[in-house]
Amino acid sequence: MNLAGLNKVSDYVWRIEPQGAMRVPAVLYADEALLRDMDDKVAEQLRNVASLPGIVGAAYAMPDAHWGYGFPIGGVAAFDPAEGGVISAGGVGFDISCGVRTLYTGLRKPDIEAVKTRLADHLFKTIPAGLGSTGHLSLSIREMNAMLREGARWAVEQGYGTGADLERTEEHGCMAGAEPGRVSVHAKDRQKHEMGTLGSGNHYLEIQHVSAVYDAAIARAYGLEEGDVVVSLHCGSRGLGHQIGTEFLKAMVLAAPGHGLTLPDRELACAPLDSDLGRDYLGAMRAGINCALANRQILTHLTREAFAEILPEARLDLLYDVSHNTCKEEEHRVDGRPRRLFVHRKGATRAFGPGHPALPRPLRDAGQPVIIGGSMGTGSYILAGSGRDLAFASACHGAGRRMSRNQATRIWQGRAVVDELAGRGILIRSPSLRGVAEEAPGAYKDVAAVVDAAEAAGLARKVVRLEPMVCIKG
Amino acid sequence: MTGWEHFQHMADIGVHGWGASQAEAYEQAALALTAVVADPATVRAETPVPVVCAAPDPELLLVDWLNAWIYEMSTRKMLFSRFAVVLEAGGLRGTGWGEALDPARHHPAVEVKGATYTALKVGREADGLWHARCVVDV
Repeated sequence: MNLAGLNKVSDYVWRIEPQGAMRVPAVLYADEALLRDMDDKVAEQLRNVASLPGIVGAAYAMPDAHWGYGFPIGGVAAFDPAEGGVISAGGVGFDISCGVRTLYTGLRKPDIEAVKTRLADHLFKTIPAGLGSTGHLSLSIREMNAMLREGARWAVEQGYGTGADLERTEEHGCMAGAEPGRVSVHAKDRQKHEMGTLGSGNHYLEIQHVSAVYDAAIARAYGLEEGDVVVSLHCGSRGLGHQIGTEFLKAMVLAAPGHGLTLPDRELACAPLDSDLGRDYLGAMRAGINCALANRQILTHLTREAFAEILPEARLDLLYDVSHNTCKEEEHRVDGRPRRLFVHRKGATRAFGPGHPALPRPLRDAGQPVIIGGSMGTGSYILAGSGRDLAFASACHGAGRRMSRNQATRIWQGRAVVDELAGRGILIRSPSLRGVAEEAPGAYKDVAAVVDAAEAAGLARKVVRLEPMVCIKG
Repeated sequence: MTGWEHFQHMADIGVHGWGASQAEAYEQAALALTAVVADPATVRAETPVPVVCAAPDPELLLVDWLNAWIYEMSTRKMLFSRFAVVLEAGGLRGTGWGEALDPARHHPAVEVKGATYTALKVGREADGLWHARCVVDV
């Protein structure tokens, strides 16, 4: 990115002052090196978002921001319905409520090393991953609607997991205000056989060990010590979310002139929160959130079953579950005054600070766990909400790609990537070697630089680093 | 005269088809879409599946056309390697020929979530051919 148009506020905060159609400034949280690596499109997309009606505060970019669809990926923007604020399907993304959850195991690194290959093979057999894989359950329309209304709570009622899991999930596992009736038959068709599947692309299930502790007090509150083993899984709302995104993007493009919206980019398609289309999308998108929460809950259950066969002493309690493609109605103080806002986080994680009432009691004093997925070779991080409420209490979500999939497949061979990682003690299991090549660790940015910038900017505090031992790649 | 290719996009993949007519460009773009998932040469064009798309302009129609195949691939668990398009007022009627997805033979790499409006362009270009392109989210 050309830094000429940016005002440097500090080493980690940069601003674009309102110009042209911009109603608010744009704020980028990143160091100079990360910014220089960012596409100029990120700044252009932020300026476009800052021009949308009813935007409050600023249009924000996280340190892992990259060129997205209308909104940058790694973008945060909040809108006030009372001021003509909008909701945008592109501002949420196709994979509604894609996110990460991390489970404890109660085990230490040597416990896994002893059975690593068997465990990897067994998980790969148990967890449906990759294109064309189908889940173990097929939902009737009545069950589908109940799942879309109730989310992970529905899954627990069906026997997938326990009530304790719900306490450790955003929205207690059930997004209120979901309207299954606003989800099309096509979207439900795409989901019929996909409950409890991981998907493909950058989705994964990993066994990881805590390789570094940065904040001992918060790590203790989170129940994590160096050498502990956890399981993290990254996936979203599968075909249902993708279809909701596809259909509402088109509907919002077609309806924009009628809503008096001129869009500099069709991907910015949005609708007033106070409109039939805006309300319909909100109801459907919330159902999509519930689909993702139910999906991760079912995958959790499958993971527990797989562990029970090989390591019966393991206890896979949930640490926390975060989503990073959402729009949520939240209360935030703006200029000293509390306001109800609709906060879009596209490739950004909510990061509530210490004491926030939405957090479960055992985690409340420490602040919300912010789970950052890395690439399969590098590592992941758990951060904690800082309590500074920057960017409406948001932080980054991952490493972000450094190069395209085509470039990656020209540089790396899937088999060589698997062998190289195996040499470093990381077992990869994937139905697709080309998929592995496209997801090669070198195709991603340095996740360490991203979380360092997030901490230095005050978005979140670094708590622990996680390194992969086994990766089931979709 | 006809052909397809992928073009670079940081997080995702661009599909680009071209031909002597708008319909051919759409057909080729759909082949490029298949190629995001698997090598079209490995897919037998056995079973026909019809789709109908409606959109107010050629660019939105391309997105609809590609999204129709993303839906068919996802719900039928099929891949397609031959396409035919007949343009109509306000939309198109199309057919794709393919077969059931066989992971052992097709080695599918990645699932496509949706066609996007990024780098979306449909039209006749300086070479006299019709080109249809956009980025698909994977």
